[in-house]
Amino acid sequence: MTKDACKKIVLDIIADIAPDEDISNLKSDVRLRDQMQLDSMDFLDIVMELRKQHGIEVPEADYIHLASLDSCADYLTPKFEALGK
Amino acid sequence: MSSPQTRIVITGVGLTAPNGNSLPEFRQNLLNGVAGVEPFDVRYMGRLIAGVCHFDTLRYQTKKGLRVGTRAGSISIYCANEALKDSGISFDSVPKDRIGIYIGCTEHGNVETENEIYAISKFNYDTKYWSHYHNPRTVANNPAGEISLALGITGPAYTIGAACAAGNMGLIHAAQMLRLHEVDVAFCGGVSESIHTFGIFAGFKSQGALATHDDPKKASRPFDKGRNGIVVSEGGCIYTMERLEDARARGAKIYGEIGGYCVNSDASDYVLPNPGRQAECVRKALANAKLTAADIHIVNTHATATPMGDIQECEAIRAVFGAGCPETSINNTKSYIGHCMGAAGALELAGNLPSFDDLIVHPTINVDDLDPLCAIDGLVLNHPKKVAKVDNILNNSFGMLGINSTLIVKRFNA
Repeated sequence: MTKDACKKIVLDIIADIAPDEDISNLKSDVRLRDQMQLDSMDFLDIVMELRKQHGIEVPEADYIHLASLDSCADYLTPKFEALGK
Repeated sequence: MSSPQTRIVITGVGLTAPNGNSLPEFRQNLLNGVAGVEPFDVRYMGRLIAGVCHFDTLRYQTKKGLRVGTRAGSISIYCANEALKDSGISFDSVPKDRIGIYIGCTEHGNVETENEIYAISKFNYDTKYWSHYHNPRTVANNPAGEISLALGITGPAYTIGAACAAGNMGLIHAAQMLRLHEVDVAFCGGVSESIHTFGIFAGFKSQGALATHDDPKKASRPFDKGRNGIVVSEGGCIYTMERLEDARARGAKIYGEIGGYCVNSDASDYVLPNPGRQAECVRKALANAKLTAADIHIVNTHATATPMGDIQECEAIRAVFGAGCPETSINNTKSYIGHCMGAAGALELAGNLPSFDDLIVHPTINVDDLDPLCAIDGLVLNHPKKVAKVDNILNNSFGMLGINSTLIVKRFNA
């Protein structure tokens, strides 16, 4: 899996949990919270959807890696690859 | 200094019912005999019938708000905003900590719990897939809390669990809090999201109390010999209420004045009503309002179309009203919309409030063959009735575990 493909997966999840937001111009290297309204429950949504849709677990200590699209891709791409995706 | 005599008035109405999403639309459909029951798919049970609301969910909420919140919360937010708009209250000028939210609920939380159990059944019941929204969605104060969040109200916001007497209870409690000067404006009434849980349908079916009919619009038939149970419905009705002096000071439109009320308990059975206690509730409400039975011009019955419940309520009404009450008309709103549970009392009152102005009593529909045991004086059946006078409306709402509520609303006279 490429990092861009990983970002696309995260963006699809974000589109579902923040349906009122325009996410077409999100900057990869900027914290998601600084670009859109996301609260702690929304981040738990991202964690839950990764678990439900893709079988990926994100331990609480690693939530910090979900801060931006770039950090998501850095953290999640190896996890997808480990699952053979 | 306030007292029990402090006058409390209704200044705004917001509602969604299976046959209307505003008071004018609801009222017109009650006068035109338009029922709002339709086919409805229920998890595990298939196609049944229910009263479904079709309000604009995005009028006052974002898509995210809808996703995060509950159906009861969405109904509450819609009704509260509609009531606020109708009231003409200058919201920005009211301190938000002086506004109270008192919402009657028959039940809350079952919908989300059922949904979550269904969801984790797809994951071999592994609870790590259980939603982190479950607790805020299922706490009993959720519908009131969602209004608080949506409108930025920082005063007391909670629900009142009183089975199907709850809608009346929202108004009664608000009147009490206004008289105590705990708040200056109250959002009050009742809501229900009941149709989104299979449990309520299955429960009534197991009790032998779930209505069936080939034509959904004819399924809810209180007082008719062919009645066979309850049509489960969702809905909401929220009022703004204020002390009269405050309403007058801002030149508010006044729908009616709280005349009196009573809440009591049967203490006799989990589900079977107790006509003696119901009659006692009505009599105490009359005494509280300093009225006699003959002073009441409309009695809105609770009757849900169960074979026994209707007979028992009629027995209670017969004991209080009757030959000495020639100007008393009796009607039923569930025949149009089914049983909106926690919203029932508040919605049914709203359906009758316009009678103060138009002097028309909406009928009970679907009575093709009146059950002789439900034949009480003053019943208005199938066609609206023009009357000479409507000064006092008495609204009955009763619930399981034997809770009874009677609310009397008077025509406002300055």
